[in-house]
Amino acid sequence: MKKVLTTVLAGAFTAVSSFAVAESHGDFKPAVIYDMGGKFDKSFNEGVYAGIKKFQDETGVEVMEFEVTNEAQRQQAMEKMVQRGATVVLGVGFAQADAISAVAAANPDVNFSIIDVSWLDHPNLRQYAFKEEEGSYLVGVAAAMASETGTVGFVGGMDIPLIRAFACGYEQGVKATKDDAKVLQNMTGTTPAAWNDPTKGSELTQAQIDRGADVVFQAAGGTGVGVIQAAADAGKLAIGVDSNQNYMAPGNVLTSMLKRVDVAAYETMKDAMSGDFETGVRLLGVAEGGVGWALDEYNADLITPEMKSAIDQAAAKITAGEIKVHDYRSDNTCKM
Amino acid sequence: MSTPTPPLPRWADLILLPIINLFAAFFICGLIVLAIGENPIEALGVMIKGAFVYSGGLGYTLFYTTNYIFTGLAVALAFHCMMFNIGGEGQALIGGLGAALASFGLGVYLPAPLAIPLAVLGAFIAGGIWGVIPGYLQAKRGSHIVITTIMFNFLAASLMVYLLAGPMLEAGQQSPQTARLAESTLLPKMADMLRPLGINITSSPLNASFLIALGAMAVFYVLVWHTRLGFNIRSVGQNQEAAHYAGINVARTIIITMAISGGFAGLLATNEILGFNHKVVLNFTAGYGFTGIAVALMGRNHPIGIFLAALLFGALTQGGGELDFEFQSITREMVLLIQGMIILFSGALAYMFNPPLARMIAKFVAPKDPANG
Repeated sequence: MKKVLTTVLAGAFTAVSSFAVAESHGDFKPAVIYDMGGKFDKSFNEGVYAGIKKFQDETGVEVMEFEVTNEAQRQQAMEKMVQRGATVVLGVGFAQADAISAVAAANPDVNFSIIDVSWLDHPNLRQYAFKEEEGSYLVGVAAAMASETGTVGFVGGMDIPLIRAFACGYEQGVKATKDDAKVLQNMTGTTPAAWNDPTKGSELTQAQIDRGADVVFQAAGGTGVGVIQAAADAGKLAIGVDSNQNYMAPGNVLTSMLKRVDVAAYETMKDAMSGDFETGVRLLGVAEGGVGWALDEYNADLITPEMKSAIDQAAAKITAGEIKVHDYRSDNTCKM
Repeated sequence: MSTPTPPLPRWADLILLPIINLFAAFFICGLIVLAIGENPIEALGVMIKGAFVYSGGLGYTLFYTTNYIFTGLAVALAFHCMMFNIGGEGQALIGGLGAALASFGLGVYLPAPLAIPLAVLGAFIAGGIWGVIPGYLQAKRGSHIVITTIMFNFLAASLMVYLLAGPMLEAGQQSPQTARLAESTLLPKMADMLRPLGINITSSPLNASFLIALGAMAVFYVLVWHTRLGFNIRSVGQNQEAAHYAGINVARTIIITMAISGGFAGLLATNEILGFNHKVVLNFTAGYGFTGIAVALMGRNHPIGIFLAALLFGALTQGGGELDFEFQSITREMVLLIQGMIILFSGALAYMFNPPLARMIAKFVAPKDPANG
């Protein structure tokens, strides 16, 4: 009972304090719509959440949040945010493209921003697109160098073009480093459940390890937790995705392919707040710092100096345009 | 010695018991809401307001209701034949494919009065095909319908991913979805339909498919209780051997039942695809096929009951979203928990309150029966 009471009081306190904060910032009201993965998916949505949280902590501005559970809710949620006086609405993921397109057209006075979309056109919409293939290429280089068996693995989430682009970039990175290396590829499934199926993620990883893989890259949302777990259990290496996942199994996560959605989220909020909100498409690759690889205290021992210089060299070449990483999505094929 | 439970009067079984179950579910949910530090009365108020009162809220509620009616009818029809159709999800997905093919193939050349019925028929037939294959396998090959329909859900999902990420992918973007369907096959929004009549309602996804759902309910009623096929279906459902002995072709009845059942599920696409998304997107079924089982159970396999149950689930979906909006501490997982609680009490534990209630009513209605005295 005492615990309940404490929770009630804590809740009441948070409500009061956030109200006071929201009040002090007058008419700036930001909102974010997380997608089906949920804001604590340890990956894509959570990356956005990290950016939002940073913004909230720095500015003290309350950001309205919603997590969708079905198709119809996306547009509804955005409309509702606008009705509640949101001045900037951030959409997360390409699945929200149609919804944000409709709502942005209907509300020209409100600013909108969306991540993983580049094909819309509204004067009040900012779009962030990432060159996932470039970041995947870099971790592919790392995987090929770390592998002793010459076989590396890839576990994707749901089988969609975006994830095939991860796989394709990774394969290019591996093959460019070691042209006789073998890349095993598996997708977890064909339904959105594939984003959140750690058990199947471990099974696929185990199967790939049985077939000789000793480094496994995952781009599978919540499923990836199982991939990292299985690799760690077998004493092999995993590669994280989207957020920095090196900490999840120190010593067994070679590196993480970073997709800086947190930067996109933070930047959106910051720019909207300062009133300096440029619209249009922002294409973020290695050169722009939008994608990259993670090196921290958890994987410092795994990355040899040769590896680091090889990856940095590849990154420099991509930045300079000497290496062009093929994007699967441009023609729906993976050319080596 | 325990006293035998007196039978529950029909009115109590149909009205009182569901209400008690609902209240029990809400009571437990209220305690949970209290435990996380929110006011349950306020939360309930937000839910009801969000589902029925709030501008556009009712439209969303009825939009979800439409989905649940279709899948509820699909499950209920199969139930009448004692077939457990868990494949509503897959049948609805393929229904979307059927609607899209009809729209892209024929809709382009035809005006709306012809194109819309064709697209609706496309959804029905495609869903029916996805239902009839497990039906055939059950009737002729003895493959259990539960297993096959579940597997057909996965087959449908895989097929749709292949098509939407490949041959049918709209060019110039990366979301797995088709291009916009032919304009002539799109169902009008309810708000647009009522405006010429002088009625102004807030625009919402609610569209003409709601009327199709009401029509499907009427068809269901006539089919099950007023046709020879319906009699056959119910006979096979009650007792296959007896039905066979009475000269009913059991296998044929099962196959036809599953075809129509799949067709009902396929009609979900008229609401989600023809009425709202206007293109085939991945996963537009969002679990409606599975919830349809709960809807059919709660609705006692009767169209009126299914409508009420569908309305309840529609209100929960919409009102639940509203809760998520209003309270930062009530997340979507909490909303799912509340929905699960209601399914638990009105589905799995539906008859928990039956014996005590029956005894109470028996005592109350006939305190002293001289005949039994």
